[in-house]
Amino acid sequence: MIRFTRVSKEFPKTGLALKNVTFHVGKGEFLFLTGPSGAGKSTILKLIFLEERPTGGEVKVSGVSSATIRGRDVPRLRRKLGVVFQDFRLLEDRTVEANVAFALEVTGARPSAIGPKVSRLLTQVGLSAKATAMPRELSGGEQQRVAIARALANDPVVLIADEPTGNLDERATRGIVQLLRDINAAGTSVVMATHDLELIRRAECRTIELNHGQVVFDSAEAAATPRAERGP
Amino acid sequence: MRLAWREALLAFRRAPMLSALSVTTIAFSLFAFGLFGLVALNIRQALAQVEERVEIRAFIIDGTSIEATTAALGDLAAFPEVASVRFVTPEEALARARRELGEFSDVFEAGILPASLDLRLKAGFRDPATVRAVAERIRTYEFIDDVRFGEEWVQKLHRIRNIATFAGTALGLAFAAVAVIIIGSTIRMAVLARAREISIMRLVGATDGFVRSPFLIEGALKGLLGGLLALFLTWAASEIIGKVVFSAAFFDARLAATGVMAGAFIGLLGSAVSVGRHLRAV
Repeated sequence: MIRFTRVSKEFPKTGLALKNVTFHVGKGEFLFLTGPSGAGKSTILKLIFLEERPTGGEVKVSGVSSATIRGRDVPRLRRKLGVVFQDFRLLEDRTVEANVAFALEVTGARPSAIGPKVSRLLTQVGLSAKATAMPRELSGGEQQRVAIARALANDPVVLIADEPTGNLDERATRGIVQLLRDINAAGTSVVMATHDLELIRRAECRTIELNHGQVVFDSAEAAATPRAERGP
Repeated sequence: MRLAWREALLAFRRAPMLSALSVTTIAFSLFAFGLFGLVALNIRQALAQVEERVEIRAFIIDGTSIEATTAALGDLAAFPEVASVRFVTPEEALARARRELGEFSDVFEAGILPASLDLRLKAGFRDPATVRAVAERIRTYEFIDDVRFGEEWVQKLHRIRNIATFAGTALGLAFAAVAVIIIGSTIRMAVLARAREISIMRLVGATDGFVRSPFLIEGALKGLLGGLLALFLTWAASEIIGKVVFSAAFFDARLAATGVMAGAFIGLLGSAVSVGRHLRAV
């Protein structure tokens, strides 16, 4: 589903953000990306939804390579991905349902199909009663649920979440993680960046740890390596 | 396309102050351009009126036959530069001279003025070189005694016209450039105010064309409204000038419509440039 092969990313002003990163995320997998601030978590996510292009190596998402994709084909790839952020990025002057419908409208969905789909998505994230509320009337956890509903609007194959619980209290965090796990259980791959180690420990999913732009730990590789090879 | 129109109109409703500010800014920059246009138009019309008075007068030798004069009339009328040619008898010439000289009219006595052929030239053929060339051609007729056209006056008029055209073009371009820059900045502000919306649109997979279209519509609408407001302001200013100072000519319907459409076009262009730059930058 997602394949990073010796990927490097250098920014003109801030220098090397990723160095020789290689990993693979399979269909239906749930992956945590963790590491300290500036480790390269967000850069990896940006490379997945092609907001950035690698300066070295190749990123392949759903069969599409960063090396060969043309700029005008990027929107088509993004429709296969759902993205949520720590700051929700909702349109403050539109209702909850209008925010979710927006994702369908801009991708040219049939107008008659939009209403029922928005209702279904809001039910899925537990917000059907707040369809006509404005984002500012919702709690942080609820706003993030709206963002997730919007991210799911185009039936993505991968859901990318950049610190989605960063602004939430513990109770709301648990709710969001459970929602993401439910979405994953329904077949959507999830890649979530977080520095909340307690959350990762509880979730017991595959985890990649980054530091200074390099992969320093991948739980999938650790599990595949016999204990004797790993040393005492 | 329906969605693009909806989003463009919603932008007016969601940010009425910013939209009003954009339309007003566009209107005032076009108003300044319109006022300049009005001045240029009136100067041009005044010059055109003066230019219409450019005339070549060919004096006929006394005793020339009617046949020769009539043939020459036909010949001269066929010149491509000539708008009209008229035979003026000595009596008519005298009456005209008396009329033009007013209180000195009694200095003339019957019979001292010769008959003449008076030519007026078509617009575009009233520059000194053309007038002189036509005069020279007329001079070749045997029965023509002298040809006069106020050479110095024609030259001065031509110089004023050239200065007016050059100053008009330079100032017009400067005014237009200022209007384009102001309108472009105003629209850039509107684009930046909606940067968040643009980033969300792109995030959910909207194509650049889709992101662009509501802004293009919005820009064109603002330009159109600004153009209409500017037209009204220019009209009001011309009415006030007409009542207080002197009666001035106003744009005809075609020129007014062109001005308003130019506003819409600048709005569209400003939006296209601003959104394009924004999309490339993010």
